[in-house]
Amino acid sequence: MTGDHQTLALVLFSVFIAVTLGITTWVSRNRHGSAEEFYAGGRLFSPLENGFAIAGDYMSAASFLGISGLIALYGYDGMLYSVGFLVAWLVVLLLVAELVRNCGRFTLADVVAARMAERPVRIAAGTSSVAVSVLYLVAQMVGAGSLVALLLGGTSEAARSWTVIGVGALMVIYVSLGGMRATTWIQIVKAVLLMAGTITLTVLVLLRFHGDVNSLLSAAADRSGHGRDFLAPGLRYGGDWTSRLDFISLGIALVLGTAGLPHILSRFYTVPTARAARRSVVWSIGLIGSFYLMTIVLGFGAAALIGPAEVRASNASGNTAIPLLALDLGGGAGSTGGTVLFAVVAAVAFATILAVVAGITLASSASVAHDLYSSLRRRHAKRQYSEVTVARLAAAGIGAAAIGLGLLARDLNVAFLVGLAFAVAASANLPVLLYSLFWRKFTTRGAVWSVYGGLVPAVLLVLLSPVVSGSPESLFPGVDFHVFPLQNPGVISIPLGFLAGWIGAVTSAEPPDAARHAETEVRALTGAGAA
Amino acid sequence: MDKQEGSDVSAVPIEDPWHDTAVPRQREPGAAEIYLEVQRSPAFQEVRRRYRRFVFPAALAFLLWYLAYVVAATAAPGFMARPVAGAVNVAMVAGLGQFLTTFLLTWAYARHARLRRDRAALELRWDTQEMTRGVAQR
Repeated sequence: MTGDHQTLALVLFSVFIAVTLGITTWVSRNRHGSAEEFYAGGRLFSPLENGFAIAGDYMSAASFLGISGLIALYGYDGMLYSVGFLVAWLVVLLLVAELVRNCGRFTLADVVAARMAERPVRIAAGTSSVAVSVLYLVAQMVGAGSLVALLLGGTSEAARSWTVIGVGALMVIYVSLGGMRATTWIQIVKAVLLMAGTITLTVLVLLRFHGDVNSLLSAAADRSGHGRDFLAPGLRYGGDWTSRLDFISLGIALVLGTAGLPHILSRFYTVPTARAARRSVVWSIGLIGSFYLMTIVLGFGAAALIGPAEVRASNASGNTAIPLLALDLGGGAGSTGGTVLFAVVAAVAFATILAVVAGITLASSASVAHDLYSSLRRRHAKRQYSEVTVARLAAAGIGAAAIGLGLLARDLNVAFLVGLAFAVAASANLPVLLYSLFWRKFTTRGAVWSVYGGLVPAVLLVLLSPVVSGSPESLFPGVDFHVFPLQNPGVISIPLGFLAGWIGAVTSAEPPDAARHAETEVRALTGAGAA
Repeated sequence: MDKQEGSDVSAVPIEDPWHDTAVPRQREPGAAEIYLEVQRSPAFQEVRRRYRRFVFPAALAFLLWYLAYVVAATAAPGFMARPVAGAVNVAMVAGLGQFLTTFLLTWAYARHARLRRDRAALELRWDTQEMTRGVAQR
């Protein structure tokens, strides 16, 4: 990496920061300080805008750099991720988006608390939402740190630490000053940049092969050293049955987890109606689907034009495949085109991390202020702070916690943190959400049990897995207390979450509240009384 | 005097300043009955039936199709590696098929909801809100 890349990438990235800070100040001109405005941007976004924002929220750097890198290294097995991340949106579209828009105000807990005893349900759902968000956030922060090291050549510890601190500080500024309105616009800008960059690279790859996908695949297979095996599953997850079961577990968590991610759920409240929520999900499915299709082309393109050996030499987990591909497509190292494309990719990757991190911070500060603070605050104590003030403070607190954890975790493999966030979301948040929306006999006890019944096993199984102890790559390589063989807890913890909710509901002494179920059902399907 | 004030309150619809703001859920008596009544009404039952008839089988189908895909990729890599045309094999076709079915189902759902559900749901929404507004002012 030469100095030209770094300078140009830094300039582009500074322009992005300047533009987004401009947006933040611009949208907070006429601020009223209402909760509606802070958490939901006044509910005035159009489906098109919200569709881009959802896509911008969802397509993280792990998708952009990670998946195509996995495809470049392991061929077809990397593509399994693209499929899982996209198919998950059908759960959101069919079962969640419209009903959640109609039933809630700002958070997941709103939907559940509409039918149940407010306090225990809010505390449970708020806790699991914050847990999911913090796991996801730390993964993004650590990713930001290593990305700087990879792309700008600043491999020093200090450069990585300062990147983590810088990203954390920026996201706190965006969120606490601009709230949902600024966050949404940052995500829209980022989604447009990311799509434009990806389309450019994809077109260049296809042009290189004269539009012949078959010869692209053949070239990738030839260059990989695996021949036709490169185009079939099994290179990465084909080992023993433990690793195959691990992959199935990950696949289930990916598909069911998306619908339980707090920052995705909160995006449905930024549009005025359930119909607008549906149309924004349709937009985002179109964007996300075409994006993942292009990452497949880019991954195989990197394998064909750069070769897995060279990709691995630059970064063992393949994260630099796309930057290297951009350099090559632009005309190789030292050429102007290569320098520009490389810098664009680096800047887009940073923009991606900032936008995703801001979205998660906003959602978790909503959970802290709207669910936990309002429930734990003493009932008759004189209200000292407004909820929005608490949310702004919470954004700063969560930012500080994420910076701290990101610095502590900077040397760890972060892929499992993302997987764990999805597993916890699928085990703790999805069961309670689906039961509340669809099950007439669901009760408060069932709601509380299904949250903790998914959250606790998911976290416990990871603590007892080879991720934490017992293997050279684990968090504590020196000790061995692992009893659970899989790295991904989903295959056990998701059924446990559903089971715990069912047992809790059928054993509870309190009968289900028929009137409040009727209210939830009527509101969910018609939108009557929706905020 | 008291009597007159009382009748004034009940006769004139007063704009309730708390109606739209973040009041914790303090339901007026009677709202529960209205929601139960709407829930039992044939119009609502029809909307719910249409929604569930489409969504439940569709969700089950794509989850099974995705699960079959993931399990086949891990348990039967030999089958998935079978060539179809040129460098394209069964696994590629299945993967792209997942993308295609996702797009198709999205389109089908949006169309179904727009044509078969939206109008009825909107009417129910107005009716329900009219009824609950009446209760809130009583």
